[in-house]
Amino acid sequence: MAPGGGGGVGVSAFLPHPFFAGFGGAIEFIFNEQESTVTGGKKVGGIEQVLELAWTQIEVSLLALALAILIAVPVGLYFGHKGTGELVAVGIGNAGRAVPELAAIALIAAVIGVGVVTLTIVLAVLGIPPILTNTFVGIRQVDRAPVDAARGIGMTEPEIVRKVELPMAVPSIMTGIRGASINIIATATIAPLAGVLTLGDFILGENVYGADGVLAGAILVAVLALIFEFALAGLQRRLTSKGLRLQAQ
Amino acid sequence: MASALPGLPLAAAVGEVGEGFFKERTGATLPCQARPSHLFCWDWATEHINRFGTPTVQQFELVVISVLIGFAIAFGLALLAHRFRLLQWPLLAGTGILFAIPSVAFFLLLLPITGTGRETAIIALSAYTLQIIYRNVMSGLANVPESAKDAARGMGLTDRQILWRVELPLAIPEIVGGLRIATVSTVAIATLAVFVNAGGLGTQIYSESNLTFPTAIIIAGGIAMLMALAFDAVFLTVQRLATPWRRAAAEASA
Repeated sequence: MAPGGGGGVGVSAFLPHPFFAGFGGAIEFIFNEQESTVTGGKKVGGIEQVLELAWTQIEVSLLALALAILIAVPVGLYFGHKGTGELVAVGIGNAGRAVPELAAIALIAAVIGVGVVTLTIVLAVLGIPPILTNTFVGIRQVDRAPVDAARGIGMTEPEIVRKVELPMAVPSIMTGIRGASINIIATATIAPLAGVLTLGDFILGENVYGADGVLAGAILVAVLALIFEFALAGLQRRLTSKGLRLQAQ
Repeated sequence: MASALPGLPLAAAVGEVGEGFFKERTGATLPCQARPSHLFCWDWATEHINRFGTPTVQQFELVVISVLIGFAIAFGLALLAHRFRLLQWPLLAGTGILFAIPSVAFFLLLLPITGTGRETAIIALSAYTLQIIYRNVMSGLANVPESAKDAARGMGLTDRQILWRVELPLAIPEIVGGLRIATVSTVAIATLAVFVNAGGLGTQIYSESNLTFPTAIIIAGGIAMLMALAFDAVFLTVQRLATPWRRAAAEASA
């Protein structure tokens, strides 16, 4: 269970380097393959390796996010609509925030072992609490008057959830999904500790990629996280009904 | 790797055989940390619990300092945005960007500028808390009923007096709610400070000897979670005490 391609990195091996050369070398590292400055001769960096690692991170993160949504949204809708289980729904959210991602990944790596499937499941589990809590709270906060009106005109309970409560809870649910996405991307960054090579491998593998590689990894991860964030913010705008958007202004 | 789980007959049997074998040859018991199949090694834990003291204190300091700085900045920004409405959207977007960048990346992006150490970790951690606190202060102020402000205006209070004597006190539950979420999340994330050599409980999780040693990971992670839950309880109590007239409505805004 050695950490990923970066090899077993001690913190001490990782730190006192001349980082002050700035960001130029890191940008160079991203676009041009070069000989490792640390391990002689090995080719590192370059857009091809960047895309390969980025793709793993995107794949794992999207799968985990989808899995978390598929589990947490229906459960949140169900309990939110019934109005029961508030303590559990909010409690899960609070407990979820308290889980240290580093400990979670390290423990998985040490006890269960490594692999894409295990990692995806762990990431999904970390993504569930914010989505579940926000879905539940979003549904609970829907004004009771339109719900009663919907019942009055003969809508069935599933119809009420789908056509009245869900549209009004979209902003809250999307806030939860964005929170989950941030958690998942951040944790996927340290996934090389659990043997899955994501962009975090540049960050954790200083003794392979050198200082430029570490900085390049940090830049790439930040860019990837922001792409996810902007995409989800855009999705939130599209999914929020026009009436709610006007009301918010 | 089912055999890695404790309590399974297979694992137990292997453990006993190993122990017996070792005893025969040396007359001593093989310490359980030398057996990788062991999930939690009590002997090691009781013997080495001291080594978690300093990291716990470091983690606590990182969290408290970061949240205090984050609160000072976010609270100031929120008051600005409350006064100048045009700033609301840019500030929300700006703090949102800082919030979205994974902490590990943030720490390392700061390296060329601030180098390794506590300052770097504190900058990144306080930047992370801005969005949570800012959002909660803003929504707390926005949720103050118009009628309360009208009444205050009718009594002849100036805008500044209304802010400090009416709006902010009424917004306390949501402001404390924001602090609570920010603090709990920061405790969890501060374990990553190990990557910029800033100490904390992460040092007991991520180092060459410990990465594959579950006992140390469980203890360090457990302490972090307990610390988070303790902060949670403290803020809940503050919230209740500060606003006897209102139930903790801020639970909602996660």
